[in-house]
Amino acid sequence: MLGIVRQKVLGQSLQKVRPGVSLLRSYSSAAKQMTVREALNSALDEEMSADPKVFLMGEEVGEYQGAYKISKGLLEKYGPERVLDTPITEAGFTGIGVGAAYYGLKPVVEFMTFNFSMQAIDHIINSAAKSNYMSAGQISVPIVFRGPNGAAAGVGAQHSQCYAAWYASCPGLKVLTPYNSEDARGLLKAAIRDPDPVIFLENELLYGESFPVSDEVLDSSFCLPIGKAKIEREGKDVTISAFSKMVGHALKAAEILEKDGIDAEVINLRSIRPLDRSTINTSVRKTNRLITVEEGFPQHGVGAEICASVVEESFGYLDAPVERVAGADVPMPYAANLERMAVPQVEDIVRAAKRACYRSVPLAAAA
Amino acid sequence: MALSMCRYVWWLSLSFPLHQFLPTLPARRLFPRPFPRCFRPPFFFLSPPSSLLYLSQSIFHSLLHLPFSLLSSSPANTPHQKPKGSRKVERDRTMSSAFSAGKFTTQPFPLNTSSPRSHDKPFNIPSATSPFFGSSRKLRLNSSSKLNLHRRSGTVVAVSDVVKEKKSKFAPNLLITKEEGLVLYEDMVLGRAFEDMCAQMYYRGKMFGFVHLYNGQEAVSTGFIKHLKKEDSVVSTYRDHVHALSKGVPARAVMSELFGKTTGCCRGQGGSMHMFSSEHNLLGGFAFIGEGIPVATGAAFTSKYKREVLKEADCDHVTLAFFGDGTCNNGQFFECLNMAALWKLPIVFVVENNLWAIGMSHLRATSDPQIYKKGPAFGMPGIHVDGMDVLKVREVAKEAIGRARRGEGPTLVECETYRFRGHSLADPDELRDPAEKAHYAARDPITALKKYLIENSLASEAELKAIDKKIDEVVEDSVEFADESPLPSRSQLLENVFADPKGFGIGPDGQYRCEDPKFTEGTAHV
Repeated sequence: MLGIVRQKVLGQSLQKVRPGVSLLRSYSSAAKQMTVREALNSALDEEMSADPKVFLMGEEVGEYQGAYKISKGLLEKYGPERVLDTPITEAGFTGIGVGAAYYGLKPVVEFMTFNFSMQAIDHIINSAAKSNYMSAGQISVPIVFRGPNGAAAGVGAQHSQCYAAWYASCPGLKVLTPYNSEDARGLLKAAIRDPDPVIFLENELLYGESFPVSDEVLDSSFCLPIGKAKIEREGKDVTISAFSKMVGHALKAAEILEKDGIDAEVINLRSIRPLDRSTINTSVRKTNRLITVEEGFPQHGVGAEICASVVEESFGYLDAPVERVAGADVPMPYAANLERMAVPQVEDIVRAAKRACYRSVPLAAAA
Repeated sequence: MALSMCRYVWWLSLSFPLHQFLPTLPARRLFPRPFPRCFRPPFFFLSPPSSLLYLSQSIFHSLLHLPFSLLSSSPANTPHQKPKGSRKVERDRTMSSAFSAGKFTTQPFPLNTSSPRSHDKPFNIPSATSPFFGSSRKLRLNSSSKLNLHRRSGTVVAVSDVVKEKKSKFAPNLLITKEEGLVLYEDMVLGRAFEDMCAQMYYRGKMFGFVHLYNGQEAVSTGFIKHLKKEDSVVSTYRDHVHALSKGVPARAVMSELFGKTTGCCRGQGGSMHMFSSEHNLLGGFAFIGEGIPVATGAAFTSKYKREVLKEADCDHVTLAFFGDGTCNNGQFFECLNMAALWKLPIVFVVENNLWAIGMSHLRATSDPQIYKKGPAFGMPGIHVDGMDVLKVREVAKEAIGRARRGEGPTLVECETYRFRGHSLADPDELRDPAEKAHYAARDPITALKKYLIENSLASEAELKAIDKKIDEVVEDSVEFADESPLPSRSQLLENVFADPKGFGIGPDGQYRCEDPKFTEGTAHV
């Protein structure tokens, strides 16, 4: 497993970091560009620098500079006491992080991928999420669990899964899903400053992507509010809600739909729990149509929850059935062609949006 | 010192090669016998050389005596033995010869001496000047055979025997002062009386759910926690009432919590298995096996972090992690022994080995039942102590906590104890042998301490009676208080889910839901 990750990391950092850097150089006069990796790294760096109680722990975060190089340079800057390489013992080190949070520190626990958080889910749910309540507010747990989540590429079923719905169903947790560099910076800083346990779901395939960032985003005081969605693209015909990598897909789908005369509104959820029901419902009341997009499994998923919220609060405004675009209801296959079919694609979103707008006959076996 | 440690571990493995024999014995017969009678210790073991320190003795001591004096085959000396046992002896002997002890004359424990790692990071086992394993001078028995006799005759043996011998020769050189003795006594009696009251209240329907009582194990809680400072932390299990009491949480607050009342230490939101008190640094109450150990390790990590990173030079806080024998088969136990030793954290892992994990005998569950031996495997001292003897526990606790406080790293302490009641109040407790229960009932830690205090003129019968009475009143008062306390109000339902209630998110009106008046009234739809 480590071998796979290492190969991936090397490959990615070579292929994707470099274009980001060169973009920065050649377009220095335009809006600044930043990769999600740099955004996360700088957010961690600034928060560690601002508060000595913040420390990073996890597998390969120190000397290896992070399995995905998110913690690059932090060991040199903050030393091994604050950038703590742990043995491969998720249950153990996650519990240690939670215990440290009980006792006044602000740990950032990195899972090499969120799939490994399954080994430690007892501490996330039972030790972290419930303690503030069980102790009647005596023991708060200011901890961040972060790491790449969702489908990677070609790593099979155990390494390709979205945990947004899993963790979002547990009271006491906050679940954040950044899409671009602005999200990554603003939400990670907010997560670290938050007094409650936060699940911070990154996406491996986005780490190397560059996004424009404003000066405001680059300011060390920049922070995004937890629980507020962002309307990435305004539109009037159909609402597409998405999070993490799927926001990119939704935006691409919106471009395609525009050519067909459909003006789609794209909501970047940013926070799965708390869920910004207000923004979603306001948008649906405007467009009267809704497509939800997620990488995770459809049953009891984020889309199902959004759908329920819209049915409860904006039922009378709907002009078409809500469509859910989600990962296929199967463990992730390895073969590239099957894998592609198991993950939502841009064309799936386009097709769903057209159906909702009654522009095309639904294709039964489209997925 | 390291050498003598090796020797002692080696001796034990030589003398008690249990794991080789256990599978071959019929399971049912194993239950009541932690150590099959066939393992008669070799002669030299009965008269340990003077260099052997106190703890080795206490280990040897409890190994020898806990299992119903089974090591002796004399019928007169085995009061609890069943008649049909004699045939068993024969069979066991045969097996004993088939698996001779020679098989176990492997090397002395290699970790301390030969491996390069142990040279890199030498153990900080204190030298003879620092009586980690108890002071041999103070506690060594004059004659172990005498003691053996003592135990066999069925007398309750605590440290009192040791001291009596001392007393006969010298001026009293007691293990505790009168004040200390009374504190220990009061704490243990409080634990016992409180738990007995819990049983009553449970059967009267005043408390509900799973209630796990601590009766019989008081020496461990008292012996350890009474050594702590207020800033030190305790992480407990589902059997946590008495740990909370020992740590100073008022009986009223614990009882109210059990009653589900708003005056409870967690306002009725935690319950029996989830006692927290940030004021007393009681970090829970963990209901799952092994779950508390990483949290405790994290608290210990914090002490180190505060000292080294936050430069709080006076932060020498120690964490105690309590858990049972069943937990020692759980992965989190091993993960945390590793990390605690690796990072030299100020923690003491306290195993309350009461021999039973619900209905699973420790011997049926564990390949090598001597838990303390797992300490050296991770590079920390592993100590076995008679958990029915508060003074012995206290001695060990003092050094283990001292080690942690001095920054010398973690210690694993196995306290061999027994619970006098079932696993929980819902447990019919049908699997444990009545003879086993009777044996340990006769070693009641409170009776033993009482005897010690009186025999050594540390306290009079009247003084102890007065404490008993006082505690009865405290417990009665806690019940009255809990009974009269109000139930949590409706508004409490939605409180404390998040430290920042904005975690509930934004409502349909675009405002934070926690700002809705219905929310604070507890009438909001969530």
